[in-house]
Amino acid sequence: MSQNHQVGTDLVKRGMAEMQKGGVIMDVVNAEQAKIAEAAGAVAVMALERVPSDIRKAGGVARMADLRIVEEVMAAVSIPVMAKARIGHFVEARALEAMGVDYIDESEVLTPADEVYHIDKAQFTVPFVCGARNLGEALRRVGEGASMLRTKGEPGTGNIVEAVRHMRMMQSQIRKVQGMSRDELMTEAKDLGAPYELLLQIHETGKLPVVNFAAGGVATPADAALMMHLGSDGVFVGSGIFKSENPEKFARAIVEATTHYNDYDLIVRVSKELGGSPMTGLEISKLRPEDRMQERGW
Amino acid sequence: MKIGVLALQGAVREHLHLLEKLGVEAVAVKKQEQLQDLDGLIFPGGESTTMGKLIRKYDLLEPIRDFYREGKPLLGTCAGLILLAGQIEDADEPHLAVMDMTVKRNAFGRQVDSFEAKLAIKEVADDFHAVFIRAPLITHVGKEVEVLAEVNGEVVAARQGNVLCASFHPELTDDARFHQFFVNMVREAVALR
Repeated sequence: MSQNHQVGTDLVKRGMAEMQKGGVIMDVVNAEQAKIAEAAGAVAVMALERVPSDIRKAGGVARMADLRIVEEVMAAVSIPVMAKARIGHFVEARALEAMGVDYIDESEVLTPADEVYHIDKAQFTVPFVCGARNLGEALRRVGEGASMLRTKGEPGTGNIVEAVRHMRMMQSQIRKVQGMSRDELMTEAKDLGAPYELLLQIHETGKLPVVNFAAGGVATPADAALMMHLGSDGVFVGSGIFKSENPEKFARAIVEATTHYNDYDLIVRVSKELGGSPMTGLEISKLRPEDRMQERGW
Repeated sequence: MKIGVLALQGAVREHLHLLEKLGVEAVAVKKQEQLQDLDGLIFPGGESTTMGKLIRKYDLLEPIRDFYREGKPLLGTCAGLILLAGQIEDADEPHLAVMDMTVKRNAFGRQVDSFEAKLAIKEVADDFHAVFIRAPLITHVGKEVEVLAEVNGEVVAARQGNVLCASFHPELTDDARFHQFFVNMVREAVALR
């Protein structure tokens, strides 16, 4: 390639996420599930060893997936393949980058490897997505080099309430920052724990500098459409597809509901055709504090 | 004059923004019936597999081909280019198949190989800032296809009659020259109708 070509730039890394907008990214644990997801119209798959609800059940330390699974999934589909690394585990991330994974999720679904620092993501050629519950957390991740954001929600619960809380929080904080006067921004940056320059950018543009998806609790087509209405650029579905009674139909229905989130006749049609129940949901207040994945990350 | 951007998935907003910047009325298109009052249609970057499935699911394939047969211009960028191609390497069937060319998906490799570069595009610019993301290449063109740009001797932009395509993303920068070229094509087609 000529010297004129630059790889790993912000534009190329953030642009990759722009291309995923309006789409659904699905968790898969093997090639067979990856093919089902691709056939249903997923814009990307997330390769992992267990979906979040099974990680909850299994307990113990959740690490980066067995790389043979990641490789198997990469060979099975032509859509992009994402994979998760533990928070702060930059060697897991380097390994995934070396394999040619298209996007890395530095994820609270796995057991954190570092309780103080996240990965210095700007140093990588591969782009990263990170979870956030509020604007400060979102902008700290962008400051570290994340090229895409998602709500944390509460993974593996099939309960949308936390994703809604996080998306509403971010949107309302963005509106607040946009409406502030310039001389209020530094104190706001201090209070949010957000980089000042990024906050200034939001003040001027009224939007995040990167794409922001919904994640953590999406279980039905209506859940996906709800998150799109609240301002999500697209949807991650973890356990919601392959823990439902009819993964193929759930996958297709969630894709349709995400595209046509304000067409309620369509949502009625696809919801009636699901051919089974969604995954069993968990009540958030019943989770033990140490089981709340959204508290991981700093 | 009104130009639509197919909005099943992908970088729709960016195309709408550039069209509006050029003073053109632009609309996001999700349904068949919206095609009627359009003079041109853009297929954005995104995932071609996903868009191809949704085009079929919502019975858009034939209506879009009819739209093309009426002499209304089409533009496809990246995934959009794949939708327009007559043949796709390693795929069972093409989608709209309105351009006589063969494309190879993810031709530069995976995301870590995505890049930006300065590009000369015939009739458009000699210094266009082009962003290639998991980009396809045009590996073979028919006699009717005019090559507009190349990278390392491989075709990355082309035109056949009223159909224009690029394997990069003109929608990801503020440079509206490629879109201006397409808008001119639409304006000429409107004048001829």
